[in-house]
Amino acid sequence: MTDKHEAQHEPLSYRFLALVWAGLMALTALTLGAAKVDLGFLNVVAALGIASAKASLVIFFFMHLKYENRLIKGMVLTAFVILAIAIALTFVDVGYRY
Amino acid sequence: MAEHGATAAHPKDYHAAKMGMWLFLFTEILLFGGLFLLYASYRHRFPEAFHAGGQTLDVFLGALNTIVLITSSLTVAMSITALRRGELTRCLWLLGFTIACAGGFMVNKTIEWSAKFHHGLIPGSEHMLGLPQGQSVFYGLYYAMTGLHGVHVVIGATVLAWVMLLIRQGKVTAQDYVVLENAGLYWHIVDLVWIYLFPLFYLIS
Repeated sequence: MTDKHEAQHEPLSYRFLALVWAGLMALTALTLGAAKVDLGFLNVVAALGIASAKASLVIFFFMHLKYENRLIKGMVLTAFVILAIAIALTFVDVGYRY
Repeated sequence: MAEHGATAAHPKDYHAAKMGMWLFLFTEILLFGGLFLLYASYRHRFPEAFHAGGQTLDVFLGALNTIVLITSSLTVAMSITALRRGELTRCLWLLGFTIACAGGFMVNKTIEWSAKFHHGLIPGSEHMLGLPQGQSVFYGLYYAMTGLHGVHVVIGATVLAWVMLLIRQGKVTAQDYVVLENAGLYWHIVDLVWIYLFPLFYLIS
């Protein structure tokens, strides 16, 4: 069993974490800028796309998911796939009913 | 698993502890996910009211709170590095700063909600229920979702304060740090929810 070593990946450096933070701040500025331009429906796509990019940074680096074992990665993926299915099915229903 | 997982370096089963926390976080994701679904459906039903409603929210305060939460996420992540390197004082300062950010977030939220209350937008009030249906739904969702999120901010800050105490008592250490990691995961989920709440309520209008 390599458990002991797997669990103890090196702590992330302050410098690296600060870079992730800078990325998150840049994306926040980008989403504020994008909201000022009228792109119609694309505004929604841009806002959610940028939010998802920020979410990925938080999940993979701040939450260490990138350094977790396959089991936890698979579990997180499953949870988000289930959420995506729920969203997709609801949209199909709402979109065609009214 | 137990005899392998719980070694001298990790008296608790490190993997099981983390997995348990993630499982709990999935329930949180689905809890807010359900509310986001409700938001999306009603937005589809009342596009004009949601557009008008979004424009009455304070983008500056929303953006400020976004910066506060992102920064607090950074300091929690840094506190784990500090603890594992044995830099206890730095770790406690970083956690203290995170809790201060949580306080700042709630102060901004209070200012924001007070301004809305001032305009008669009080949940359950005659005025709010008397609004056109779409607007009443928009503000209802606004209060429900930012309110539930605010409760999570307060819980997260309380948990972090408790972990600070455990660190001071030497119960959470450079070798046994999974409690801090799990508290950090919870705090990051609070940030994650706000990352979606902010553009959906304040920006798309």
